[in-house]
Amino acid sequence: MSLVESILTQAASALAPLLDVRNIEVIYDGAILAVADVSLSVVPGEIVALLGANGAGKSTTLKAISGLVVADRALVSRGEVHFRGENVTGIAPNLLAARGIVHVLEGRHVFGHLTVEENLRAGAFLRRPSRHEIERDLEEIYAYFPRLKTKRKTQAGLTSGGEQQMLAIGRALLTRPELVLLDEPSMGLAPLIVEEIFAIVSELNRSKGTSFLVAEQNIALSLRHARRGYVLDSGRVAIEASAEDLLGRDDLQEIYLGVATAP
Amino acid sequence: MNLFLETFIGGLLAGTMYSLVAIGFVLIYKASGVFNFAQGSILLFSGLTFVTLLEKGVPFAGALAITIVILVVGAVVIERTVLRPLANRSPMTLFMATLGLSYVVEGTAQGLMGAQVHALDLGIEDVPVFIGDVMISQFDLVAALTAVLLAAVLALLFNRTRIGVSLRAVADDTRAALSIGINLNRIWQIVWAVAGITGLVAGMLWGARQGIQFSLSLVVLKALPVLIIGGFTSIGGAIVGGLIVGAAETLAETYIGRFVGGGITPWFPYFLAIAFLYIRPAGLFGERALERV
Ligand SMILES: Nc1ncnc2c1ncn2[C@@H]1O[C@H](COP(=O)(O)OP(=O)(O)OP(=O)(O)O)[C@@H](O)[C@H]1O
Ligand SMILES: [Mg+2]
Repeated sequence: MSLVESILTQAASALAPLLDVRNIEVIYDGAILAVADVSLSVVPGEIVALLGANGAGKSTTLKAISGLVVADRALVSRGEVHFRGENVTGIAPNLLAARGIVHVLEGRHVFGHLTVEENLRAGAFLRRPSRHEIERDLEEIYAYFPRLKTKRKTQAGLTSGGEQQMLAIGRALLTRPELVLLDEPSMGLAPLIVEEIFAIVSELNRSKGTSFLVAEQNIALSLRHARRGYVLDSGRVAIEASAEDLLGRDDLQEIYLGVATAP
Repeated sequence: MNLFLETFIGGLLAGTMYSLVAIGFVLIYKASGVFNFAQGSILLFSGLTFVTLLEKGVPFAGALAITIVILVVGAVVIERTVLRPLANRSPMTLFMATLGLSYVVEGTAQGLMGAQVHALDLGIEDVPVFIGDVMISQFDLVAALTAVLLAAVLALLFNRTRIGVSLRAVADDTRAALSIGINLNRIWQIVWAVAGITGLVAGMLWGARQGIQFSLSLVVLKALPVLIIGGFTSIGGAIVGGLIVGAAETLAETYIGRFVGGGITPWFPYFLAIAFLYIRPAGLFGERALERV
């Protein structure tokens, strides 16, 4: 074993993974195999990208981690999810939120008839904070997302797509998570807004040490902010590499993201 | 003109009773997307429990408190034995479950407390009072005020408390609510308990008027047109729907009834509801999906 390798191994064991997904298989409705065999990990303070074509199993993997698979009549039929060293497979999503895993769902899912501020408050209820604490936490989130403050009294369903994505992230942060599962934050948004959102995610990661596992189709952008990435293909991990290495591979687009190869 | 006003106001007041019944449905529909067929049986059950306790010599406040405790325990039991095992099933499955539940609740009520008619005296005399020279029933007036008070308390609960905001969050998006740690099971328990208490209030008022008896559970059939008119998801809609149905059926009975041989009240609300379905399928206050313009 070379010196470099032994140092790396030591560093890795010092950073016991926050999230450790071991060979999970996920089946919908008892019949549809969506995730065949996925293993991945996130160490504290990391941003990790989860890439793959439509239907590769990114969202299903995130739902398996957050426990939200049950809401879609799916089951983690094999493998285990470990969080902070504990087996949390099959634990109800609301209990996992209390333990520090929060899932920002694909398509944002804000509470449309609630105001922006009510949405944010709902995120904090879990911790049973005092009035004073809630006000302070809200101000903190508004500092990261100033746009939300100007819309605080607006019904969330009437805000723009970008604002809804920010709201969904802000609401999730109010649960004080250690790990945020972020599913396609770029979906249907203008490039400038997506840049803004990723910049805020990076900033949150740096200043609060929150870890992120981000499922994305926008490879270039997500890899610029992530440290490592996994590429899923048909429910399996096809490549696992550092963001740098992944960015350097010019076969990524063609092979794993379903982009037609040039004739 | 006086006849018209009296009929109209009498109808509105009677309509608040329908509103009260409909509110119970709206609460449960909002939280779990299911039309709770058992609401009528719960209304009967709670009224019957209350009046039986009174007959056993328990004082008014005590009987009320005990009935409320039983309703809360009942809500928890229903959530655990019926709703939780059926979570994530189709609304039709849940509806069938509430259908079954209605027979269980009704059977339990009559098994334990008998099937005879109980008179209930709430101490509100049904004497006419005059406002100007329009005569209205004092009982109707008190019943209406109770309904308004209850609706106001509920509105406060929903808009000002954490439980209320959580409930509206669940109504909007169950998955997102779960993802931020809202305990869906607890919300369901609370909603069923609150719906039960609304049922109790409605059961007491209806019962005082016509005796507590089996037919109370049939108020479900009155609530349906109210919900179609007002929308299934709005408490305000339930109130307005109840008023419309109450006023319309009384007016229809007075002015059209004699041409068709009377007996118009049982079906007129449905006639009205169908008309509304043509014009406004979501109901007056039904929530359509919010779209950004
Ligand atoms: N609710 C569901 N019921 C049944 N099958 C589902 C459900 N959701 C997803 N699937 C199936 O599981 C597989 C993986 O889907 P998943 O949503 O995890 O992919 P994804 O990588 O997130 O794709 P996308 O980029 O389109 O969001 C697909 O074949 C899909 O058809
Ligand atoms: Mg997806």
